Amino acid sequence: MEAHTEAAPGAPAPASRARTGRETAEAVRDFLSKWGLIAVLLALPVAYGIVDLTGPQHNLVRLGNNLVNGVSNGAIWALIAVGYTLVYGIVELINFAHGDLFMIGSFSSAAIWGTLGVTLATGALGIVFGLLVTLVAVMIICGLLNVCIERVAYRPLRNAPKLAPLITAVGFSFILQNVGLLWRGGSPGSVDDLIHAQQNLFTVFGVQVQRSDVLAVAVTIPLVIAMTAFISRSRLGKAMRATAQDPEASRLMGINVDSTISLTFLIGGMLAGAAGLVYALYQTTVWFFQGFQGGLIAFTAAVMGGIGNIRGAVLGGFIIGIIQAISDNRIAGGTWTAAVVFGYLIIVMVFRPQGLLGEETREAG
Amino acid sequence: MSALAARTNALVVRANTLTRGRAALIPAIIAIVFALVFPLLIDDTGKLIGVTTRGLALVVMALGLNIVVGYAGLLDLGYVAFYAFGSYAVGWFGSSFFSKLNIHVLSAGSVSSQPGLHLNFLLILVAIVAICALVGVLIGLPTLRLRGDYIAIVTLGFGEIIRVFAVNGDSLKFFGQSITAGNLGITPIDPVKLPLVAPFSALNLNLTPWYYTGLALVFLALFINVRVRDSRLGRAWIAVREDEVAAASMGVPLVKTKLQAYATGGAFGGVAGVFLGAFLGTITASQFEFSFSIFILAMIILGGLGSVWGVVVGSLALTYINYYLIPGTFRTLPSVFGLNFDLTDLSFGIFGFLLVLMMLLRPEGLIPERRRKIELTEGVGTDETVYEVQA
Repeated sequence: MEAHTEAAPGAPAPASRARTGRETAEAVRDFLSKWGLIAVLLALPVAYGIVDLTGPQHNLVRLGNNLVNGVSNGAIWALIAVGYTLVYGIVELINFAHGDLFMIGSFSSAAIWGTLGVTLATGALGIVFGLLVTLVAVMIICGLLNVCIERVAYRPLRNAPKLAPLITAVGFSFILQNVGLLWRGGSPGSVDDLIHAQQNLFTVFGVQVQRSDVLAVAVTIPLVIAMTAFISRSRLGKAMRATAQDPEASRLMGINVDSTISLTFLIGGMLAGAAGLVYALYQTTVWFFQGFQGGLIAFTAAVMGGIGNIRGAVLGGFIIGIIQAISDNRIAGGTWTAAVVFGYLIIVMVFRPQGLLGEETREAG
Repeated sequence: MSALAARTNALVVRANTLTRGRAALIPAIIAIVFALVFPLLIDDTGKLIGVTTRGLALVVMALGLNIVVGYAGLLDLGYVAFYAFGSYAVGWFGSSFFSKLNIHVLSAGSVSSQPGLHLNFLLILVAIVAICALVGVLIGLPTLRLRGDYIAIVTLGFGEIIRVFAVNGDSLKFFGQSITAGNLGITPIDPVKLPLVAPFSALNLNLTPWYYTGLALVFLALFINVRVRDSRLGRAWIAVREDEVAAASMGVPLVKTKLQAYATGGAFGGVAGVFLGAFLGTITASQFEFSFSIFILAMIILGGLGSVWGVVVGSLALTYINYYLIPGTFRTLPSVFGLNFDLTDLSFGIFGFLLVLMMLLRPEGLIPERRRKIELTEGVGTDETVYEVQA
């Protein structure tokens, strides 16, 4: 070997040049796929912005309203998407039942504040206090429910082929949907509009900000910050990150992998429960199918940001929320929204499966 | 001595395989004979034959999904797309839906005066095989680079997009012609005209011709399924399922093999969709929900992924549970226990429960695939005998 390299001193050079060539090509492709995707994502708001400016009203108020709606809607999707992304990061499973858990969160919220006696007639302080209690209760309920589902349906299949837990997840999604169907019937039902969601809070440059918008953002941002801090600062959070990277090595380092996975499901479920409460207050209608649609939208958000990546999930949630709000408001009365969202999902999957901010999974390294 | 022992050993093995093959053959023959005489034993206008006929179409569909999920290991959660294409094909090419056209090709005499596009049922079947194979490739293409669970999501997305098109298609007009009839439904569908048989339609009281048409499709599907499984292509699918990297390094072309699985599976779904569309006599968008994909998936998981006979048993069992027992026999069950709900509301919860239960307790299904069963019970015995015979 040594003699060979001495005899041909020029040999390594072309090899390294070829490697840098390949690396450059890779970098260019990566750059194109990332910015291409961002361009595709911006296409809808930019196109309608131009339409608005050149249209009869000559301003961006309608687009601004879409964006505000989108951000607040997206805050809810972000909460759910974080649950998807946490679970995927640690057990590499698309937790299909997660969306339906969010639906159960909405249903339980209405039931809890009903039990607490919070109605439209309650005073402002009573409503705020009642909703805070509801938030804590529904987070605990959904968190524990998610832990139970993991215990029953996913843990026994941890060494089975990947298809198996995915199928039990779909099974649990249907079970939860059916629970919802029996609970509140098959058609969308309204809940008390406790916070007067549609009431205008303030107006900026003609763009209306409603109470529901403020609520969604005010619940989501602190929760996500608290959760991120927990994962990045605490010992348990460190255990979660270690398990996500390499479960075997974590086990050898004395981390209890099973309870760490349970903890992940607990946190994901808690966020889904919070999202359920916000959704119920925001939309004031709940139905058993909201979880299926919401779950898919949130999953799209998680993939768009890069699965396993928490910041990515939040970013994806806001992007999907804006796309959805624009589509709801502009394209044939919202009847095509599902197709638009899934269209984006497929575009992301095809051109940038690792998402905008890059995935953080074991396979991605 | 050892040569003699090896030879007897080989003989024993051969005898074993022969009897094993024959043991599987006898129930199959009994099942086929029973299927052929089944309409003679029951009321041919009743509910049972109607449910069974529907079940036959679902068997064809499940056999198709079995190719994609069972053989090739690609979890397709948007299989309902092929059902939709099949049903809409019979709605487009075999009804008065395109009322501006006036084309009749070998169609039943009773529709000769109606406007629209009226092709013979068999022509539609042939067309849908081509259409759905193409759709399968189109849906499959974006999934090629993806990991297993992403495939599930992308196919699910396609299924939902096609459902949205079905629901909103009535407002989507090309040259003044809408592409679907949304939730109102395309109806009536032309009577089916086959050679040597009087035309029959969805309005027929006597369902025997429908039953035998469905049975013929099932036999055809079974034949193709078994033959393809044992072919070079089938072995390639199974190799890709077991280990993609190993299969690729053994020279299996991954892209081509996967796309062929999507195309073949899709064609089965389309054929069953054509039959179901004509049999039910109306094509509404609400038939193409996501839950239908799961219904078919539950069938093949119940029966045993990759196992042809398991899939037949699983799909018939779930058909009877869903369309016969739950709305009929068991309907009064909740009230017996003093509960106040409609059991039909529970059907998908029951399937979800079934999926979880099967995966936890018997992941190989009711009738496991022979290959897996051999691997589980006998180890790698066949390889050993090969070496002994050579020695």
